[in-house]
Amino acid sequence: MSAAPPPVIVGAGPAGVRAASVLVAAGLRPIVIDEAPASGGQIYRRAPAGFMRGAAVYGSEAAKATAIHRTFDSLVDRIDYRPQTTVWNLRPGRLYTVRDGVCDELTFGDIVLATGAMDRIVPIPGWTIPGVYALGGAQISLKAQGCVVGARTAFVGTGPLLWLVAYQYLKAGGTVAAVVDTTPFATKARQLFGLLRGGKTFINGLRYVATLRLKGVRITEGAIPVTIVGSTHVTALRWREASGREGSVDCDAVAIGFGLKPESQLADLAGVAMRWNDGQRVWEAARDRDGRTAVEGVYLAGDGSAIAGADAAEIDGALAAYALLADRRVTVPEAAVAELRTRRARLTRFREALDAAFPFPAALAAATADDTLVCRCEAVNAGELRAAARDLDAREVNRAKAFSRVGMGRCQGRVCGPVAVEILAAALGMPTQALGALRAQPPIKPLPMTAAVRLAAE
Amino acid sequence: MSTTTTDVAIIGGGGAGCATALHLAWRKARCVLLERGFVGGQASGVNYGGVRQQGRDPAELPIARRAREIWGRLPELIGTDCEFSVSGHLKLARDHAEEAELVAYAETAREYGIELRVIGRNAIRAEYPWLSDQVVAGSFCADDGQANPRLLCPALARAARRAGADIRENARVSDIARDGDGFVIRTADGNEVRSSILVNAAGAWGGEISARFGEPVPIETIAPNMAVTEPIPYFIKPNLGVCGGNVYCRQIPRGNVILGGGRGEADAVAMRARALPEITLAALRRAVALVPRLASATIIRTWTGIEGYLPDDIPVVGPSRTTPGLFHAFGFSGHGFAIGPAIGAIMSELVLDGRSTTPIGALTIDRFGGCDKVGELPDRARSRNH
Repeated sequence: MSAAPPPVIVGAGPAGVRAASVLVAAGLRPIVIDEAPASGGQIYRRAPAGFMRGAAVYGSEAAKATAIHRTFDSLVDRIDYRPQTTVWNLRPGRLYTVRDGVCDELTFGDIVLATGAMDRIVPIPGWTIPGVYALGGAQISLKAQGCVVGARTAFVGTGPLLWLVAYQYLKAGGTVAAVVDTTPFATKARQLFGLLRGGKTFINGLRYVATLRLKGVRITEGAIPVTIVGSTHVTALRWREASGREGSVDCDAVAIGFGLKPESQLADLAGVAMRWNDGQRVWEAARDRDGRTAVEGVYLAGDGSAIAGADAAEIDGALAAYALLADRRVTVPEAAVAELRTRRARLTRFREALDAAFPFPAALAAATADDTLVCRCEAVNAGELRAAARDLDAREVNRAKAFSRVGMGRCQGRVCGPVAVEILAAALGMPTQALGALRAQPPIKPLPMTAAVRLAAE
Repeated sequence: MSTTTTDVAIIGGGGAGCATALHLAWRKARCVLLERGFVGGQASGVNYGGVRQQGRDPAELPIARRAREIWGRLPELIGTDCEFSVSGHLKLARDHAEEAELVAYAETAREYGIELRVIGRNAIRAEYPWLSDQVVAGSFCADDGQANPRLLCPALARAARRAGADIRENARVSDIARDGDGFVIRTADGNEVRSSILVNAAGAWGGEISARFGEPVPIETIAPNMAVTEPIPYFIKPNLGVCGGNVYCRQIPRGNVILGGGRGEADAVAMRARALPEITLAALRRAVALVPRLASATIIRTWTGIEGYLPDDIPVVGPSRTTPGLFHAFGFSGHGFAIGPAIGAIMSELVLDGRSTTPIGALTIDRFGGCDKVGELPDRARSRNH
């Protein structure tokens, strides 16, 4: 009888690193698979070797970033670390990876999916013009490369990240042309008591806004983005203020983001049920407070299962690892687990306040103009989606995908999915969640055919 | 809770069932189609999308010809072409035995009025310079083509509805009973359909229904393993197949290459099918070996759906031998998408006229001698292993 295979962790962001740390402390040697060349995830992404800016790029989060990096570096000899490796498929007990264009497979018993988040987009007319970046992408450019995406960058969308990245651009010496937040100030103000639970995080947020105002950055709240102007490159952003007045700013880059969404494809392939998060208006993989799922041996941690931020992800990672150990009949420190759960519950309440303070603008998404592209991989515009809904009776999102090609391309609906369901639901007069979730289909990231050939050559 | 009385009840909303409803409705017969999920949700909607006559079993060729004629007239018949294009079908031989097989088949096809052009090694190199040296010969059917499988069944169902058919999705049949000379079909949502005729078009699940009426067949559940690339420059004009069938691919003008080969995982009870990564990778390797230029492409999606296969790879089409008023059209063994449009015409003739104008004699249900296991089969009902 062979020993149980080592646990596998997918993702080396804050959740994955903390999970690895707990498992190593229990004497296990987990396999840690990560797409990036270095640990830290997107939030604490590391600059390439030789870059000199150091932890300053993380601003107020520098201490946390450094702690995560140091923790991981101290573990590297005690884990089986596989960076630059993409998991493209998951079957019961089996993972399929590709690294440097070569396919590989591995068997697993227990797995912690700490797959992180990605940007949410609401398609503003002109959003595919060169010079438009996802907000997270604009931040990565700054953190990993020390680059701003434009000489004059306008920020549009909603959510705490909008203000954070604008602030970071300002601090890094960039020019912030404008911050256009679709959420009115009053909506945020109503959540004051809930937001206070965030403590230092909330105070930092206020500081970012205050700094941007002090530096004279043009700020508008409760605005509706009208269009991104440009042909070969972005030249301006236009919006309509809450008062009805038109606003406009010249810029050569636009960073656009409406919060984050979980990267739940692997959990979906693992057979974990998806559940609708009404606060965030997004589907997420179902798990209990410790990260256990209904599928034996599959644990979820961090933003990959529910968007709650990096601090929550660290706790999730540890809790999922403890749950995995407890299920293997390893004794876990009950008091520490209880303390983690308490801290996590506090962060959950803060997150709920944040979700209410910066709601995903579902009505804006649902009102996407007929001729605006929704699915850029397959070039499907909102009008075609509405036609699929009305004329072809696509009352389920996978049905709409089959009829209209929405979400059928390279990104598999990871970008357009949450918008497509809002458009379809409005067109059909149905609740959004009644349309269901887009099913994950392998490969969850594009798989080069050469990778399949190279496997044969081995 | 409602009871509907109708002339014909059809179980199964795949290509065969939807086309049958359409043809019946055109001829003013009342019909109710019951589909447990969405129409075209399984094999008919998620297959490769080939529309070919070449390579069909001679027993199926007359049906394939009739289907091809209907495919060409879809716009006038149902208002949409389902992206059908007459791209031709090129079947490739990778050794001399396979080449001999192509030559022999071309003779057979000619007897059925289907012209195939056998292409030798030098000519195929000149005509299709992107094929690898693996290919020694080919056989081209100019009249064959390809279409978008996602669109056919919903389009047939919409046309059937417009013509007066009652098409019910999410209507899972929970019980079928004989009532005098007719049938009573109950669905899980509590509704009841009473009919004098029952058409079993339940695909991979058709064997359950036939067994219920004392006619078991050795049906096997199969999931064809499919994959698609992101768009690349358009260069593969014909629909490509090989002798033995272990890889097949086609490219659509927008650039995506759709390819298949091998079988995924199918669970007919759980209604779940998954493409298998090992099978996908093997198919990719075979495709690159056939068309080396595909090596630079990237796979963006894999999928599969549940199909019913019979041991001789041809369907059951015809009247029940045990039960007057019951007709079968199931177990299309991977051919249902291409020939489905003709099945509607044939079934409507069987039901309303008592005979089909297209020969279907080889597709009778009693060819299996009431066996439900391959091991007990009479010889003539075993696979030709094409």
